[in-house]
Amino acid sequence: MVERQLSNREGRATRGLLILLAILFLALFLLLPLYVVFQQALSQGLGLYLAALADSDARDAIRLTLLATSVALPLNLVFGVCAAWCIARFEFRGKSLLSTLIDLPFSVSPVVAGLMYVLLFGVHSPLGGWLEAHGLKVVFSTAGIVLASVFVTFPFVARELIPLMQSQGSEEEQAALVLGASGWQTFWRVTVPNIKWGLLYGVILTNARAMGEFGAVSVVSGHIRGETITLPLHIEILYNEYNFVGAFACASLLTLLALLTLLAKTLVEWRQHRATVRAGEQTLDLRARALTHLNRESA
Amino acid sequence: MSIEVRQLSKRFGDFVALDRVDLSVDHGELLALLGPSGCGKTTLLRMIAGLDRPDAGQVLFSGEDATARHVSERQVGFVFQHYALFRHMTVFDNVAFGLSVKPRATRPGKAEIRERVMSLLKLVQLDWLANAYPAQLSGGQRQRVALARSLAVEPKVLLLDEPFGALDAKVRKDLRRWLRDLHDQIHLTSVFVTHDQEEALEVSDRVVVMNHGRIEQVGAPDDIYESPASPFVTHFLGDVNLFHGRVESGRLTIGPFAHAVNGVDDAERAVAYVRPHDLDISRLADGALAAGRVAHIHAVGPLVRLELQRDDGAAIEVALAKERYRELGIAPGDLVYVKPRKLAVFPDGQDYVI
Amino acid sequence: MSLLNRQYSMLPGFRLAFGVSLFWLGLIVLLPFAALIVSTAGMGWGAFAHTLADGRVLASIRLSFATSLCAALINSAFGLLVAWVLVRYSFPGRRLFDAMIDLPFALPTAVAGIALTGLYAPSGLIGQWLEPLGLKVAFTPLGIVVALTFIGLPFVVRTVEPVLQGLEKEWEEAASCLGASRWQIARRVLLPTLLPSLLTGAALAFARGAGEYGSVIFIAGNIPRVSEIAPLIIVAKLDQYDLHGATAVAVVMLAISFVCLLLINALQWRVARRHGVGR
Repeated sequence: MVERQLSNREGRATRGLLILLAILFLALFLLLPLYVVFQQALSQGLGLYLAALADSDARDAIRLTLLATSVALPLNLVFGVCAAWCIARFEFRGKSLLSTLIDLPFSVSPVVAGLMYVLLFGVHSPLGGWLEAHGLKVVFSTAGIVLASVFVTFPFVARELIPLMQSQGSEEEQAALVLGASGWQTFWRVTVPNIKWGLLYGVILTNARAMGEFGAVSVVSGHIRGETITLPLHIEILYNEYNFVGAFACASLLTLLALLTLLAKTLVEWRQHRATVRAGEQTLDLRARALTHLNRESA
Repeated sequence: MSIEVRQLSKRFGDFVALDRVDLSVDHGELLALLGPSGCGKTTLLRMIAGLDRPDAGQVLFSGEDATARHVSERQVGFVFQHYALFRHMTVFDNVAFGLSVKPRATRPGKAEIRERVMSLLKLVQLDWLANAYPAQLSGGQRQRVALARSLAVEPKVLLLDEPFGALDAKVRKDLRRWLRDLHDQIHLTSVFVTHDQEEALEVSDRVVVMNHGRIEQVGAPDDIYESPASPFVTHFLGDVNLFHGRVESGRLTIGPFAHAVNGVDDAERAVAYVRPHDLDISRLADGALAAGRVAHIHAVGPLVRLELQRDDGAAIEVALAKERYRELGIAPGDLVYVKPRKLAVFPDGQDYVI
Repeated sequence: MSLLNRQYSMLPGFRLAFGVSLFWLGLIVLLPFAALIVSTAGMGWGAFAHTLADGRVLASIRLSFATSLCAALINSAFGLLVAWVLVRYSFPGRRLFDAMIDLPFALPTAVAGIALTGLYAPSGLIGQWLEPLGLKVAFTPLGIVVALTFIGLPFVVRTVEPVLQGLEKEWEEAASCLGASRWQIARRVLLPTLLPSLLTGAALAFARGAGEYGSVIFIAGNIPRVSEIAPLIIVAKLDQYDLHGATAVAVVMLAISFVCLLLINALQWRVARRHGVGR
């Protein structure tokens, strides 16, 4: 048995070589870029690093990024839950079309996305002209940046929830309704607890992407300093001005955000895994209790 | 509460799930809906609950039309085939759910909820598991939690979809008896769906046999088993032997065999259905229905099962009491004759496809 | 309800949820697409042809798709390797690497762009070693391939991983008991099973790479006709208020991406069907 398994696996040398190759590839493409960000940011000492972050332009950029994300996130969260509720819970004509359209933003270049918003809301367009006449500017303003952020993060929550809800089925919700619960009671007390981890994961991804979006935001931003510069755009400006410490210092913030995102994602997955393992352990515990219970009854 | 179903129909695309079904369930009765998968029994149950909407027809509760009533207002208890327990809630919270979602005006207090839930858990003998999660329970325990949960809201009707379908054989038998006892205790109008004829015959007061979206027969378990109304019911309720003959002025003739049958129209081609245990074996050809050579003998258990081979190659199955078998002293290869104690006759060509 | 021909379900909230979904989809996705279509329809063939006749534009489109294809191929090979190693072997740091695979999804593209440039510029950490060998990465098409390889890395790994996990070891063992060599097993048993997911991953990486902007513009150097990508042309035309030109390039890019995805889908369908892998 052991012998057969050994003879069947790759030799030690092959295995070692494959692992080495994979690690080299990952180190080259994942670890080194991370290292460079922090190395460059701190290359002139901690003082300059902190000064770069305390710069008023940098703070404006951070503020705008947080603002855009805090608007885009809840909007796409509500949409994602609604879309998942329709697609995973109902049969209707046009369902696959809806599903395809939700994915559309994934297959469009961010730059093209930005361009579409410029075409829609730019001063030359009828809609843009009308809005401008009513004092509402979309392109080259915060509103445009929010819209671009919403567009690029549009599918994340729905994409996480749809397969999850489909695999769970709707029997628990049906049971809740038979028991007399109202629609909202069913949603809050049965649906939400069942999808909370998927929801959290979708939110994490949306947040990361919204804070880091570059292409689409760059097109609609107009690069007005102190007004329409998000953190990624600020990094570009600093970099093009050869202010490498400043650029990498800001980049290090977003890198930390990315690492936090990965950590949160791993924790979510780990928790889900642990929940099933713990349920298994407690079952064993219950078996023991069942035995004592039976003993007590027969006594 | 009594239930009445009038001319209920439902199609899913081209598939006819229910075809103008009429049925009435008396107050306090335990009724079984029996049939093969796809016969429409679950659809019928879900329509009574309000989980599906009929294309046509009515559902009446205590004589009142409830067809348009929403599921949450029908006051039914529904036990799902896979229980549908809320996986993130403890057993206690599962059972308490129905009470805790009531509008504030009619919602019982915390202490009262607690008392009611615990007494229900006691009823299903699971009070010691109140703090466990569904994932930690065995199939039978989940089933009983689901039942307690549906009873918590004091439903007027209890509906169960394949209540024992997902359990193993031993637990099934125990729970079956337990459900019957429980029903005798609380006397709630109950309907359950099953594809297992033994289950339906053992547990229920009345059985409804369904096929292809129609009701084939309704009756007490005894009646259904002893006098099946159609070839389908005969087939579905257990093993059966077929003998082809004809009916003329109230007499069935199959070769030299003749038998008086009542209430069967004359037919050029008719089929007699005889269950294995309704056949007796004789060494004499006199008055025999058919002859065959003993091909196999299975002598394990109280009944001995014989497989006879006819001249035309067809097989006849016979079940004999062990004593009778010893008395006859049959050995493989013997030529023997079978005589029916009881038979059901239907004109040939009647549809009995399952 | 009758309009949508919805099957009755006792679950509530369809109208509300569907209404919200449709409204948001319309506002965020459909309306901008409509704007693109209306602008395209309005500009006429002349403006279209004029833009595309520009050699610089054509070169950029060719460059975007060619570099993206190269990166997708590299990712197919290395992605398969990485997925294999992560699923089949255990070694110190395996879980860390597994978690890190998604870094390109999580790391903002602009950060990736300047970090890769910092690595591969002639004075950079890796660039300084490649320079004496006469190998220039940053500010050449090779740099673009590097950036797109980074961006597309998770796609192949994440699509192949679950299939590899689901693949039963017994199956492989059965093949080897039948006297197949390691190489034969890999080629005749593993590869056909993995091919559909490998194709999916590569297609996703390719589609993403062709439209990528943030991570590329820093390392590309943006030399016209050499290392200038199509999305940059769009941005440049917008900066010059050449809306028609930008739209033309965008539409051509969308059309090419769309055709590529259709072809890959068809290919995938055929592969899956031939090997009887239900998809």
